[in-house]
Amino acid sequence: MLNKLLSWDLPRSKVLAAILLVIFLGLLLTPLAGDKAMGAGAKICIFIILVASFDLLLGYTGILSFAHTMFFGIGAYGVAMISVEPGEHWWALGPGWGSIFLGIIVAVVLSTLIALFISAFSLRVRTMYFAMITLSVSAAVQTLAMRSTEITGGEDGINFTVPDLLSPLYTFADSIELFGQKVEFTGAFIMYYVVFIVALVLFLFVLRIVNSPFGRVLQAIRDNEFRAAAIGYRVVLYRAASSVLGAIIATLAGCMYALFLRYQGPEATMGFGIMMDILFMVVIGGMATIYGAVIGATLMLIAQNYLQDLMKIVQSDVSGIPFVSGLLHPDRWLLWMGILFIIVVYNFPWGIVGKLRMRALGIE
Amino acid sequence: MSTTQVIAADESLPKKKLDLIPVFLIPVVALIALPLYYAMGMGSASDWLTATIAGIGMGLIIFLVASGFSLVFGLMDVLNFGHGIFVTLGAYFGVAFLAPFQTWYDDPESIALNLLALFAAAGLGMLVTAVVGLIFERIIVRPVYGNHLSQILVTSGGMIVAGELCVVFWGPETLPLLPPTSLTGALVIGTFAMEKFRLMTLIVGMILFLVMVLLLNRTKLGLLIRASVQDREMVEALGYKVKFLFITVFAVGAALASLGGTFYGMFINGANNGIGPAMMINIFIVIIIAGMGSVGGALIAAILVGIANNYAGLLFPNFAAFTSIAVMCAVILWRPQGLYPVAKR
Repeated sequence: MLNKLLSWDLPRSKVLAAILLVIFLGLLLTPLAGDKAMGAGAKICIFIILVASFDLLLGYTGILSFAHTMFFGIGAYGVAMISVEPGEHWWALGPGWGSIFLGIIVAVVLSTLIALFISAFSLRVRTMYFAMITLSVSAAVQTLAMRSTEITGGEDGINFTVPDLLSPLYTFADSIELFGQKVEFTGAFIMYYVVFIVALVLFLFVLRIVNSPFGRVLQAIRDNEFRAAAIGYRVVLYRAASSVLGAIIATLAGCMYALFLRYQGPEATMGFGIMMDILFMVVIGGMATIYGAVIGATLMLIAQNYLQDLMKIVQSDVSGIPFVSGLLHPDRWLLWMGILFIIVVYNFPWGIVGKLRMRALGIE
Repeated sequence: MSTTQVIAADESLPKKKLDLIPVFLIPVVALIALPLYYAMGMGSASDWLTATIAGIGMGLIIFLVASGFSLVFGLMDVLNFGHGIFVTLGAYFGVAFLAPFQTWYDDPESIALNLLALFAAAGLGMLVTAVVGLIFERIIVRPVYGNHLSQILVTSGGMIVAGELCVVFWGPETLPLLPPTSLTGALVIGTFAMEKFRLMTLIVGMILFLVMVLLLNRTKLGLLIRASVQDREMVEALGYKVKFLFITVFAVGAALASLGGTFYGMFINGANNGIGPAMMINIFIVIIIAGMGSVGGALIAAILVGIANNYAGLLFPNFAAFTSIAVMCAVILWRPQGLYPVAKR
């Protein structure tokens, strides 16, 4: 049963299996640890599917898309724009289940069209153009979203309300005391499990894709495009299909993110920093493994919190030395992530998961 | 008697026909924009002319950056997504090296002193950036020769790290970087106004383009570079070290990008670590339009992108960034390999 759920692509390393189990149980029980942990947990769930869908492109198809956060943002805007109070805009339907579903559908259709358009113009010509064109298009879309203040709320973004069942104001049971922590059973609690289940289903879906015959063809194209074409596979079509699938999953992740935050703004989902985060997560976790997404996203998001705190403490110790204290400023954590990233690409191209699997096989 | 035709040593080889059709794209785009100016009530023909020349000035700055990126790709098949960092450095070095020349630079009396200060600072910046380029090539680029995906990943990472280091050195705020005193303001002829500084970048860019064309077409070094872009293995088989050529081109490309960065910083009156990545987006579009490895194509494409951005910035500002993408899509439909495809990969 478990084998079937994981599409026969098991962790293949006892250490990895143990880590994955800990993360799974941790995410399952997070809401019992209070509101702050719940927010972090939901973000981890959403980033796991965002990164897994990015791995489908980067690791399995061998194409680098810088537009992944654009699709993430489109999903979030789709749900947010349609859920604001009606009146001001013709598209605003107000909070409700109908508007959520409609928002998701519109966002998915839009993402599919854009992904098809980008694929048609870049993959047909030269695969490496894909990275360049996705970067340009996503920068253009981000500028558009920031400047169209009337429609998207500009840099301030959009605050909206969700159906009562998912709202933090709704309670369905009395709060309880657990290990000295007050646990409230509100709509946000339900929302967390919606996010959790959607993330789990999408994760298993991505695992299913990469282990399907379709996924095998993608890997064949990645490893030897010429040979795959010679066997008779339409390389461009497979790559385009993969990029569309990745875009759709990223869009769904964006919908969930906006629903959980009840907010959407350009910096929350579309910023270039988030794109870099995803790239770091997939490479550090392990490309072409899918499980790497779980490890990478969890590790990076936890590290982001604690590394910055740690840097704050260390920086106060060296605050006298001008250059060193600049290097250790909490805002410079991207510097250290970047260095780590370069080292991983050079020395451990298959990331943490690849390393663990190699160790399990006895390869050093 | 042999029947094979022998070409005498002094007889020149048949010349390749010069393909001039892409050049006409520039007037075509400009003429499409002209009626739009009237239709949107944005002003008259002289405003349009101002925007056109300003756009060409911007285009030449983009060209300075793009030419290095393009040749680096052509020579060693290296995609340097971190090329933008040299632009950022150029702007910061502009600020740093202008400081000692500040009195000359601000002298309102003498254009010569102003320009001397400007070019001394920009030249120093180019030198230091070339050295940084060599280090970047050694640490970041060399270990990933031959693998596009790793190159993109590592050079993007390298750009992030280098950009963060810039912030460590110069702080997160935008540093002021103004054009020289005698070149601020506009040159007015009738109703036509033209920023003096943009005119200067236009002239400098044109001169550098001509120097580059002469260097590539009239010297042995240029011949080797062009030959290596077309077929590296053949040139290596003849006994030349293409790797050495490549490192030279990489350093020169970095220096040109630095000059572009200094000028661009003066355009926007400031230096910060975002201008390199922002410039890269233009560079990619230019390279795709131009065809990888082509310097002449890069000039035409850069001017196209420069003027298209400039018109769109005025006509429909929210969609400005899409205009150059639209131009790119149109060109790809017409010539999928770019205006002048050179690199055969």
